Amino acid sequence: MSTVLELRGVAKSYPPPTAVTALRDVDLRVRVGQTVAITGPSGSGKSTLLNLLGTLERPTSGVIRVAGADTSAMTDRQLSGIRATRIGFVFQQFHLLEHLTVLDNVATGLLYRGLDARRRRAAAAVAIEQVGLGARGRHRPAQLSGGERQRTAIARAVAGRPAVVLADEPTGNLDTTTGGEIITLLAGLASPDTTVVVITHDPSIAARMHRQVALRDGRIVYDSAPS
Amino acid sequence: MNAPRGRLRLADGLALGVVGLRARRMRSALSALGVAIAIAALVAVLGIAASSKADLLGQLGEEANLLTVAAGQTFTGNPTPLPTTAESMIAAVPPVREVTAVGNVPSATVRRSAAVPAIQTNGISVLAAQPSLLRTLSARLLSGRFLGALAQHYPETVLGYSAAQNLGINVLGPQTQVYLGGTYYMVVGVLAPVSVAPEIDDAALVSFPMAAGLGLDGRPTRIYLRADPDQVAAVAAVLPFTASPAAPEAVEVRRPSDVLRARIAAKTTFVGLFLGLGAVALLVGGVGIANIMVISVLERRGEIGLRRALGARARHVAAQFLLESAALAVLGGIAGVALGSLATAIVARAGGNPFSMPASAPLAGLAAALLVGAVAGLYPATRAARLAPADALRTL
Repeated sequence: MSTVLELRGVAKSYPPPTAVTALRDVDLRVRVGQTVAITGPSGSGKSTLLNLLGTLERPTSGVIRVAGADTSAMTDRQLSGIRATRIGFVFQQFHLLEHLTVLDNVATGLLYRGLDARRRRAAAAVAIEQVGLGARGRHRPAQLSGGERQRTAIARAVAGRPAVVLADEPTGNLDTTTGGEIITLLAGLASPDTTVVVITHDPSIAARMHRQVALRDGRIVYDSAPS
Repeated sequence: MNAPRGRLRLADGLALGVVGLRARRMRSALSALGVAIAIAALVAVLGIAASSKADLLGQLGEEANLLTVAAGQTFTGNPTPLPTTAESMIAAVPPVREVTAVGNVPSATVRRSAAVPAIQTNGISVLAAQPSLLRTLSARLLSGRFLGALAQHYPETVLGYSAAQNLGINVLGPQTQVYLGGTYYMVVGVLAPVSVAPEIDDAALVSFPMAAGLGLDGRPTRIYLRADPDQVAAVAAVLPFTASPAAPEAVEVRRPSDVLRARIAAKTTFVGLFLGLGAVALLVGGVGIANIMVISVLERRGEIGLRRALGARARHVAAQFLLESAALAVLGGIAGVALGSLATAIVARAGGNPFSMPASAPLAGLAAALLVGAVAGLYPATRAARLAPADALRTL
């Protein structure tokens, strides 16, 4: 099976005044179609790892390959292209645009791919059905429950059929039952084309993934299925 | 493998510039209002000035080639006559198109009737005039007709506008007469005001042959002429010698349009001042927009982070905020042009002037608004683009 995400010797430290070394010498390979949970206490470097995988930040040293492409020498334009086409994000705070309908929020996920509005909406409608929000397309985020909001965000992440879905504490703002439903939905997204990486501090959520990776003080201290 | 390209369609990018405004209507309307007021002031100043000038400019266009020739005044304040040959000599100058002469009858007075005391002259002078006067001065008759063939032999007079008013003659009847130089003259016409020759307004016009009976020796005291518009200055230069070869230094040549020009210049002086005040108002409006955009960037950190995560480039984010700022200002500009035009129309109507709006005023207003919006958006847009995506996403 081929590798969709690869980190080799990745370190990330922040300049003063914080001067924190968030990750040291991390090696990680994620195969296509896996679901991976990244766990660890707060401050262990989980979020930094996710930002690096999502090309939102650049490593201080080391190489990161996303869907086969080495991102270390890429320009802002190229990294933006990777995010637009290869990566879907799901956030703890949902980050929905309040003035747009569910359908338009989901369609915004395709805005920076250069698709015309009609095709964006068509793809968004499919994604909304996929997450079980078919009846809510015309509602606005304020009219939705927390679980429905996160489903909207997931639909936005998957509307463009990205190779990787990165979720950062996706159940952090949800009750246990709703969180469980969201994890079921995320785990179900894994396919021969789609890889899912979830950051969580909840062991029961991590257990639902194919593979668990634990971080502590910026290093990988446990990997259930190293490859 | 080549990196995949992300891109933003132009139409979508433009739409992004407006979507933020729609989401915050009240705030957008208020910050656009500042620019609207400033642009309205600018457009109204230009429009009102143009409207009040339009009337004068219209006359200026017609009267720019009019010249008058006179020979100064005597000790008693009466005009000294020009030589009898003056009119024909001037008419012989090639660029001169039309000539007419008037002769002041110094001793004659005009009264409503013989019963009115002789000292109540109302300041009305008696002028001998030729039929060509109407055409040369582009004068209009308010009522009646001008001096024709009959007037050469019978006592007929045409009154200037002010003269008719002073004599209390509003409506011409078949029996309307004035007591002029010892006899009754039939009033056959009343002239409209002649702005380029106000001396006509205060005069009662009679024919030269009739004036001869009143003591005029046939010599004109003032000559009006119209020259080829391109040669006005050259004609003016030769007029003193042409009119009075014996005493050219005593001849006064005037261009009545200079008076109009001075009145226009007086009106224009204030335009600069008010435009300056409008520009200050526009600056304040621009600062208001910059302020609101900086706040907007702070409030929308999450949105900025999200858009970066969805594949927006830094410059897409910058363009979004720059467009939003420009759209805000242009909306204000459109409202301002409408308000300013309305104000101009109201003021022009109240002042009895024709509505006139130079085409450049609304265009300049919109361009100024766009410029102010773009400049005001520059700093907030740069800030938004420089936000690190990961930091922006961390904010709630």
